[in-house]
Amino acid sequence: MSTARSTLRLGAGAGFSGDRIDPARDLAERGELDYLIFECLGERTVATGQARRLIDSNAGFDPLLDKRMRAVLPHTTANGTTVVTNAGAANPVAAAELVARTAAEVAAGPVRVAAVTGDDVLEQVRRHNPVVWETGRHLSEHAEELVSANAYIGAGAVIPALELGANVVITGRLADPSLYLAPLAFEFGWQASDYATLGAGTAVGHLLECAGQLTGGYYADPVTKPVPNLAYLGFPFADVRADGSAVFGKLDGSGGTLTTRTCAEQLLYEVGDPVAYLTPDVTADFTGVSFSQVATDRVAVEGATGGIRPDELKVTLGFRGGWLGEGQISYAGPRALQRAELAGDIVRQRLREVHGLAAENIFVEFIGAGAAFRGLDARSDPHEVRLRVTAQAASFDAADAVGWEVEALYTNGPAAGGGARRSTTEVLSIRSCLIPRHLVPTDVHLLEVTK
Amino acid sequence: MTALDLLADVRTGDKGSTLILAVFPRDDESFRYLLHRLTGAVVAAHFGDLVTGDVRRTALPQLPGFVFELPGVLGGGVTGSPTLDGHGKTLSYHLLSLDL
Repeated sequence: MSTARSTLRLGAGAGFSGDRIDPARDLAERGELDYLIFECLGERTVATGQARRLIDSNAGFDPLLDKRMRAVLPHTTANGTTVVTNAGAANPVAAAELVARTAAEVAAGPVRVAAVTGDDVLEQVRRHNPVVWETGRHLSEHAEELVSANAYIGAGAVIPALELGANVVITGRLADPSLYLAPLAFEFGWQASDYATLGAGTAVGHLLECAGQLTGGYYADPVTKPVPNLAYLGFPFADVRADGSAVFGKLDGSGGTLTTRTCAEQLLYEVGDPVAYLTPDVTADFTGVSFSQVATDRVAVEGATGGIRPDELKVTLGFRGGWLGEGQISYAGPRALQRAELAGDIVRQRLREVHGLAAENIFVEFIGAGAAFRGLDARSDPHEVRLRVTAQAASFDAADAVGWEVEALYTNGPAAGGGARRSTTEVLSIRSCLIPRHLVPTDVHLLEVTK
Repeated sequence: MTALDLLADVRTGDKGSTLILAVFPRDDESFRYLLHRLTGAVVAAHFGDLVTGDVRRTALPQLPGFVFELPGVLGGGVTGSPTLDGHGKTLSYHLLSLDL
């Protein structure tokens, strides 16, 4: 534990792997942050990272990592701000080596870059052979090639890196709220068994982890919920006290809005059971959370608590799942939907009879006529419709026939089809299982950059 | 008849095949009205055949807000379904057309 602090300021630098960079640079430059956190990992991202690593042993981390670090490290190293990110994805050590090279160029002084490893549990799951949730069968009974298995590790994996004085900590599959909980537990000396406080800190992390979703992103509606200046949406920070209560804010002059309503919406985002929100650190309970507006764009939170952490850790499994082909084409004006339906029937028939695709693997949607709502509120006479056909297949060539057949509608299909687009991508099927905690030891690798 | 659009805001999240749908009444009076009217059964009916199991509602009066878990709606989810919006991010606004 470092010098005793009354409050700690954590900033949200990214809410997903493709997030904007300028709001993070703004926070790094003038946010007076103690920590700047980048959440960059989805379930699929770590598996796709592992697939890239199988081709190139130096790859597998977030493709935007270098751009992000170049933008913020000059400021974080000058201002004494520590960076924590899970952008290491499938290769935290290679990511740390890259960041160390970048830091040598752009940092304001010496830098310690730490990689946290241990979330890669491919060997352990092969030996342990757990039941896969989605199929109900043991892992060894699956025919598809398993390319990745990453356990959700918690705050306890990061604290040793902070104890070593790391200025940048790079992890793989660290749970999103744990990115924020780790510095809080480290600085305030929270014990791993103090579940009430860990629950409060987890609520802070959960509220910050999607960055702009706390300050008006995924919230704005020009009629019912207008939000100013979304083009320059400010990312949030939190001033957290030692008891886990906090006040959220955003930088003056940044876009967006921070109110009790933006906070309430984010509190329940992806939280199906607010009584028991499971993380590797704690079973958090958000049911007592309340927000109060303490100033413009300043909201206080209190009332989160928690109970004992789960015995087992969740693991994301990535299997090779073949290829996905996609094609789209538009129809507009009189009988737009009828012509799009005819086009869909033609493509279906061609994919089955000419290309040998299985009927159950072909999926047809009519964008503009109810696709988004999955047919719940379909429209029979839209002015404009976009046919979308997808199909999964074992080979690239078979999947690529989808886009090919959609494109061929130009000269072989219904009248006035335009704007065809096609793509074919490799698929990684994502599934989940549990693994006992003791099978997931973690480690820290430290790189020193002298200036 | 009152459309939910006039009483509340909405946000969805995903967990596998389950759609997590949060509803935020705009004031305490709307919360009390929706506590009575916006039951799990009403929400389940609005999402029709997409729902494959029991819908659970949790009420959080101090926000005020509700969260509904709708199993099966995402049919395989973002990593298992070819649907354009695999996350179901657009689906929150389907609830706004519900007449109470």
